[in-house]
Amino acid sequence: MGKKVLMKGNEAVAEAAILAGCRHYFAYPITPQSELIEYMAKKMPLVDGTFLQAESEVAAINMVLGAAACGVRVMTSSSSPGISLKQEGISYIAASRLPAVIVNVTRGGPGLGNIAPMQCDYFQATRGGGHGDYYTPVLSPSTVQEFADMAPMAFEIAEKYLTPVMILGDGMLGQMMEPVEFPDAYPPQKDPSEWALGARRTPDDRHIINSLYIDPYVLQEKTETLFKVYEEIKKNETRFETYNMDSGAKYLIVAHGTAARVAKSAVDALKEEGVELALIRPITLWPYPYDAVAEAAKGKEKVITIELSMGQMVEDVKLAVCGECPVEFIGKAGGVVFTPEEIVSLIREKIS
Amino acid sequence: MATTRILCAGFGGQGALLIGKLVAEAGMAEGKFVTWLPSYGPEMRGGTANVMVVVSDKPVGSPIFTKMDVLVALNQPSLDKFAKDTKDGGLIITNSDLCGDPENKDKIKLAPVPLTKIAEEIGNVKAANMVGVGALLQLTGCVERKSVEDYLSHMMKEKNPALLETNMAAIDKGASYVS
Amino acid sequence: MTVFKGRTKGLTDAKLSYCPGCLHGVAHRLIGESMEELGIIEKTIGIAPVGCSVFAYNFFACDVIQVPHGRAPAVATGMHRARPDRIVFTYQGDGDLAAIGTAETIHAANRSENITIFFVNNATYGMTGGQMAPTTLPGMKATTAPYGRDVSDTGFPMRLCEILSQLEMPNYIERVSLLSPKEILKAKKAVKKALQYNTDGKGLSFVEMISTCPTNWGMDPLKAREWARENMLPIFPLGVFKDRAAEEAKEKEAE
Ligand SMILES: Cc1ncc(C[n+]2csc(CCOP(=O)(O)OP(=O)(O)O)c2C)c(N)n1
Ligand code: SF4
Ligand SMILES: [Mg+2]
Repeated sequence: MGKKVLMKGNEAVAEAAILAGCRHYFAYPITPQSELIEYMAKKMPLVDGTFLQAESEVAAINMVLGAAACGVRVMTSSSSPGISLKQEGISYIAASRLPAVIVNVTRGGPGLGNIAPMQCDYFQATRGGGHGDYYTPVLSPSTVQEFADMAPMAFEIAEKYLTPVMILGDGMLGQMMEPVEFPDAYPPQKDPSEWALGARRTPDDRHIINSLYIDPYVLQEKTETLFKVYEEIKKNETRFETYNMDSGAKYLIVAHGTAARVAKSAVDALKEEGVELALIRPITLWPYPYDAVAEAAKGKEKVITIELSMGQMVEDVKLAVCGECPVEFIGKAGGVVFTPEEIVSLIREKIS
Repeated sequence: MATTRILCAGFGGQGALLIGKLVAEAGMAEGKFVTWLPSYGPEMRGGTANVMVVVSDKPVGSPIFTKMDVLVALNQPSLDKFAKDTKDGGLIITNSDLCGDPENKDKIKLAPVPLTKIAEEIGNVKAANMVGVGALLQLTGCVERKSVEDYLSHMMKEKNPALLETNMAAIDKGASYVS
Repeated sequence: MTVFKGRTKGLTDAKLSYCPGCLHGVAHRLIGESMEELGIIEKTIGIAPVGCSVFAYNFFACDVIQVPHGRAPAVATGMHRARPDRIVFTYQGDGDLAAIGTAETIHAANRSENITIFFVNNATYGMTGGQMAPTTLPGMKATTAPYGRDVSDTGFPMRLCEILSQLEMPNYIERVSLLSPKEILKAKKAVKKALQYNTDGKGLSFVEMISTCPTNWGMDPLKAREWARENMLPIFPLGVFKDRAAEEAKEKEAE
């Protein structure tokens, strides 16, 4: 590990991507992710990488499609409205079985919304987002360090399963500075010569990348293959963190990302008052840790989901808990982040 | 000191964000948990800039807070906006060259410091924020002077040794003014 | 630089949210005055883009809609097709109109929709903090062109008036500047003419206004105007690029 440096989340994830060997980056400016694109503009030329500001998010994601098809580590980033525009491209990248990393530094919505941090793009991120039968692995960091660590993790997952991977941060994680350490070594890129365009291994080793299957039976078969890959991803890549689990708590808190770090402080604060809460934080939002949440909810009187939205992940929590105990929701819209004191009092209301 | 929450605010260009950055850098060097969260976006336009800093012995949950232990207000609009969010018994450091007294001055500890004047005396008006850093370190002890100096040295010893000296002088003046 | 006397009914009383010395305010004023003078405030619908002028719905006294980044000409098309009796105008920055919205701009112009496009060119993305725009000058620094715009990598500044005037159908295309009182008076004429053509059903009218962004250029407003005169005007020459209605009128006269 190197030295600790104080960095914004936007910059840390960019730096980690470069350290992980990403040399192609295409994006379009949008707040609150601008430091990411600006960091890439500054740093990519210094490592002989490609930085290109696209004319739009639609163009940017298609540049990613092109670069990914040629087998290079490629990344793009944006924030909510821009990610909406990228959905067409993400659907094609998923269907074409190409590895790529998309960072979403989310903001308030719907529509132009605002630039405050929100978790209201959970549905879009975890349910495919674009058209068609597909999913995108989604990683949810809750510290700047984790944001950075997820860049190489995302490339690894993308390359192992040939899929686009999304890192779902938010405006707060993007803008705030925290200490970060970068590891000395990063996972090497997986050899793409089996499928990449322009990578013939023998003169007649012709590579085609395609998402068109006119024959319904062929598309059916392709989609079934894709879903077999998804089963593998579910088996191998589901990640979560638990906190204060062995405290004999009667209540379980479920939260991810920014909401989870605030919730953690609330758990600590209530512990001092003698109230024990267990907490589970999904790190992958797709695949969702259904089994772990179900396990954690076992024997609890109540499960409380906390999100910076009107309630999206709570639907997955309900699927996991499956009626075993009541699932309650604490949320906030508009990009207003909870303070720990606020969460403490809201939790107290729910458990009294 | 378990956790100190500090809000620094001023006009864009007054260097409020940098005050916060120095505290965060120094805290990190001391092995503490720190967060630094600026106001961002169009609200910065021509108006005020502010930053929330948390320095703690424990991992920081929310980097956002509604009540702070310390406010550093570099101008009157910032003081007007944030004074009331300072905890009772908390500390408000003002640039007394540009600010009056806050309404809640009886409930908090007020440290009016002529940041601009002191910086002018040193010969660099731009170092007014550094005078503020000095006052902040002296009154809160949230981080060590040495850690701030180490960071500044690291940043500018080679590139601009004169500025390093000015900044440290400003910090020391700020500290002695309030001690 | 005070050019205006009194207030216009074409703008609301709301305080403009632009930086001190920003010429967006001047452009607003020209449109507000023209609407008032033409007596069309009540029958006009304005379209606010995404950019610093995203808040234009607070300022124009006509009806206003705020739309997605770059899509104003398409929204205007829908509006005008739905209400041909209304005067529809868009107000767009260079990023909005010439980057993400290039396709919408070119196709609305090619169809010569009976709408008016006001295009404020400040050679930067103002709202998001000074990233490179399609109109950023060669060598000019931007937060996403930290080493200066390299035209061999990111292309040359796009001249929208010239590009659009290659199309057969648009009615009126002019580039004006907001850099001095004299130029502002000239710009006013162009703005009013564009709205008049719109009222007369003559098809698409397009007015580009050369502007500044003191905040992101890191200059005071006066210096910014000087800089724009020296650096922008040679690349974006002022003038009328197309005026079909005037030509037709001339031809008729000759007959
Ligand atoms: C789909 C989408 N992408 C990006 C943005 C972020 N964004 C807001 S304003 C802007 C650029 C505005 O520049 P310009 O059109 O030149 O207007 P100015 O602010 O300079 O007047 C961008 C990229 C957005 N709101 N929506
Ligand atoms: S950022 Fe630039 S374009 Fe936007 S209001 Fe300020 S000066 Fe005007
Ligand atoms: Mg612009």
